[in-house]
Amino acid sequence: MLSAYLEVIRMRFLMMLAYRVNYYSGILIYALNIGSYYFVYKAIYGDHAMIGGLTLGQMTTYVAISWMGRAFYFNNLDREIANEIRDGSVAIQFIRPYNYIFVKMMQGLGEGVFRLLLFTTPGMIFIWLLLPIQLPSDPSLWVIYLVMLFFSFLINTQLNIITGLFAFFLENNEGLMRMKRVAVDLFSGLIIPISFFPGWSKSILEWLPFQAITYLPSAVFTGKITGHAILQNFGVQALWFLVLIIPIYVLWVKSKTRLFVQGG
Amino acid sequence: MFYITLIFDYFKNYMKTRLTYRSDFWIEVLSDLLFNGLNLFFILVVFLQTQSMGGWNQEQILFIYGYFMIPYGIFISFFNLWGFSERYIIKGEMDRILTRPAYNLWQLMLENLDPASLFSALAGMVVMIYSWVKLDLPFHWHDPLIFIVMVLGSILIYAGVYVSLTALAFFSDAPTGILPLIWNIQNYGRYPATIYNKLLRSILTWILPFAFVGFYPAAYFIDPENWKWFALLTPVVGIAFSILGITIWNIGVKRYRGAGS
Repeated sequence: MLSAYLEVIRMRFLMMLAYRVNYYSGILIYALNIGSYYFVYKAIYGDHAMIGGLTLGQMTTYVAISWMGRAFYFNNLDREIANEIRDGSVAIQFIRPYNYIFVKMMQGLGEGVFRLLLFTTPGMIFIWLLLPIQLPSDPSLWVIYLVMLFFSFLINTQLNIITGLFAFFLENNEGLMRMKRVAVDLFSGLIIPISFFPGWSKSILEWLPFQAITYLPSAVFTGKITGHAILQNFGVQALWFLVLIIPIYVLWVKSKTRLFVQGG
Repeated sequence: MFYITLIFDYFKNYMKTRLTYRSDFWIEVLSDLLFNGLNLFFILVVFLQTQSMGGWNQEQILFIYGYFMIPYGIFISFFNLWGFSERYIIKGEMDRILTRPAYNLWQLMLENLDPASLFSALAGMVVMIYSWVKLDLPFHWHDPLIFIVMVLGSILIYAGVYVSLTALAFFSDAPTGILPLIWNIQNYGRYPATIYNKLLRSILTWILPFAFVGFYPAAYFIDPENWKWFALLTPVVGIAFSILGITIWNIGVKRYRGAGS
């Protein structure tokens, strides 16, 4: 059974490899985004030594690592699932001898591994040559970061699956998907670190799963969060991963009785 | 005149198809606004932490961003040719366009009208007026006129740059990834060009003049002492770039050979 899932990862990886040319321009696009935020933050910092608990050097690193991390955890599983539900091909998946949700997750992983090797890594080197980024020298921090980034992927993918499965219940979940994308970019700390938010909204954001996607791993990597708190943040991520399994399970069980195909 | 009536006919057509999927239209408007709101939110949150961005205060930055959204929204409503190469070149729909009497680029633009984006322009207008009042800027009788000329200039710059890039589809078969690339560069026009380094600033002024779609024209109103004369270059740059764009386009159309059977 396990080998079947591994095969799914491999297939998706090879599929992505076939269209890899798009990725070279993608790296430049991310670099442009990072560059734009770099100049904006540089202007904002002005004479301030530290804003929101981050120095300018840390901020630059934060922006770079957050965008490049996004390249790894980002995927379009919500759209894929919604399309399969709408055109009815999900019905075939019901009768196949594997777990549909799990297969989707593995496809996402195949894509993630591809992006990590061909996008995030070269992109990070490219950005590192251009901007004054301070990478941590402690190898254990790199290991912790990679583990946390993997959990970012898991949580983001879970949110995508939940959004996608809503297509069973809404005839058109396009709006929901776009809303989710804005919510993830904004509330995860990709556009602005959570520590910049005003007090009341900060405490709301700390109770939402989004911060586990970008803010927590990036804050650990830039050295904003250190020592014992690292473990605590990793615990938050792990907890969200476990909690989010519940809505997926409920949606999936309910959806089996809801399937109606629109023009299949 | 013929070209004006075409606008109305195409617009009527658009409304008919769109009203069939009413909720879809509003979802598109809402998500457009949300996306623009994201950048607005960024400005607001960041200014909770600091008083100035490279010497500009919050209202000034909001003013620039509000201005930026206006030509942008109008341009996007009329120019929606992101899938040009796939739809018109590879699938050969360009043949159909070329057999008709109206100018080909005009038809293409009208066929792809997307008036939903006008709401973004409207939102930009609101932001701009709000910060105009907040900044307590003087209001001259000629300001609305200059504003219109500036917006037209900015739209022409967009048109010039994106028409030239879309025309690349005539010269190379492979759909290029260059369009989204430029798309991201235009975001640099949202903020004062003074915050970028020299190299970037001259690129944004003379090569891909996106500083003229946001910062320079807006600076005419918020800091006329320093920027007045430079800002007035906006329509000039706009005309120059749109002529360039249309020339490249026309050369491209001449090279066009129908694809497929």
